[in-house]
Amino acid sequence: MGTWTWFHKLSSPPHFYRIAGKMIPWFAIPAALLMAYGLYAGLVLAPADYQQGDAFRIIYVHAPAAWLSLMCYSVMAVAAAVGLVWRIKLAHALAAATAPIGASFAFLCLATGSIWGRPMWGTWWTWDARLTSQLILLFLYLGYMALRSAYDDLGKADRASAVLAVVGIVNVPIIHFSVTWWNSLHQGSTVLRKGGPAMPPSMLIPLIACFFGFTFLYAALACVRVRAEVLRRERNAHWLKDLTAPRLGAQ
Amino acid sequence: MNDFLAMGGYGAYVWTSYGLAAIVLVWNIRSALEAHRDARHRAERALSMAATDAATRSM
Repeated sequence: MGTWTWFHKLSSPPHFYRIAGKMIPWFAIPAALLMAYGLYAGLVLAPADYQQGDAFRIIYVHAPAAWLSLMCYSVMAVAAAVGLVWRIKLAHALAAATAPIGASFAFLCLATGSIWGRPMWGTWWTWDARLTSQLILLFLYLGYMALRSAYDDLGKADRASAVLAVVGIVNVPIIHFSVTWWNSLHQGSTVLRKGGPAMPPSMLIPLIACFFGFTFLYAALACVRVRAEVLRRERNAHWLKDLTAPRLGAQ
Repeated sequence: MNDFLAMGGYGAYVWTSYGLAAIVLVWNIRSALEAHRDARHRAERALSMAATDAATRSM
């Protein structure tokens, strides 16, 4: 089977629905293993930081949440752009499926950052570039979802919200570079920095496991949610009959 | 064990953060499964309604 045939088959809703379903355990199981190891090693095995003591352990949930909130937005914006330009319903479905996941991790990032900031900086919140741009990211997600729910017609919701998603992408590099461009209370990058990660392996390896674990979790969640979005868009399609009649499995 | 829970005096901050992370993870899993289940039920209902319509029309 040629690449094009494969791609064409994937883009048909019934195949996509089935393949997304089959992929779920392949993402969910590595996610569970990596997160279990990463969070356990971060809490128990990694040594306390010489400056921040045990408070630094918040990094194992805060940094992967921050990463996912940015990655989800990028996926959402690119999918929305593809949906707008080539009028591909599946791309809009992926964008819509990604938004609530990204929003939840943007919230987790802000909340854990605030909790970490209290003992380290002496304040829960400050209006500096990193914190403010991350808060805007959360509002972009919420705006995107509110805009979608304002339309009864899914096609209109897809197109209107896609424009917002695409425009909002400018915020993503602003968040990433905010600690370099402006004076910020927030520390610079720990892992992706010039001269290599500023952490010993005993701290770094659990963190990397968490990054991959959270990313696999996103993939598993996106598979489940995108299937729901496909069903919403294919409500009266005849292929659903084959799917619903024998009740193949719970998923 | 108490030392571990105390987290060098940062226990409240560390455990609240991990607690929130647990809530967000559980919410994500549950709401994704729920969204899929709802969409599936709606699709099934729409199909059975369409089938009834077709049956009535052919009578």
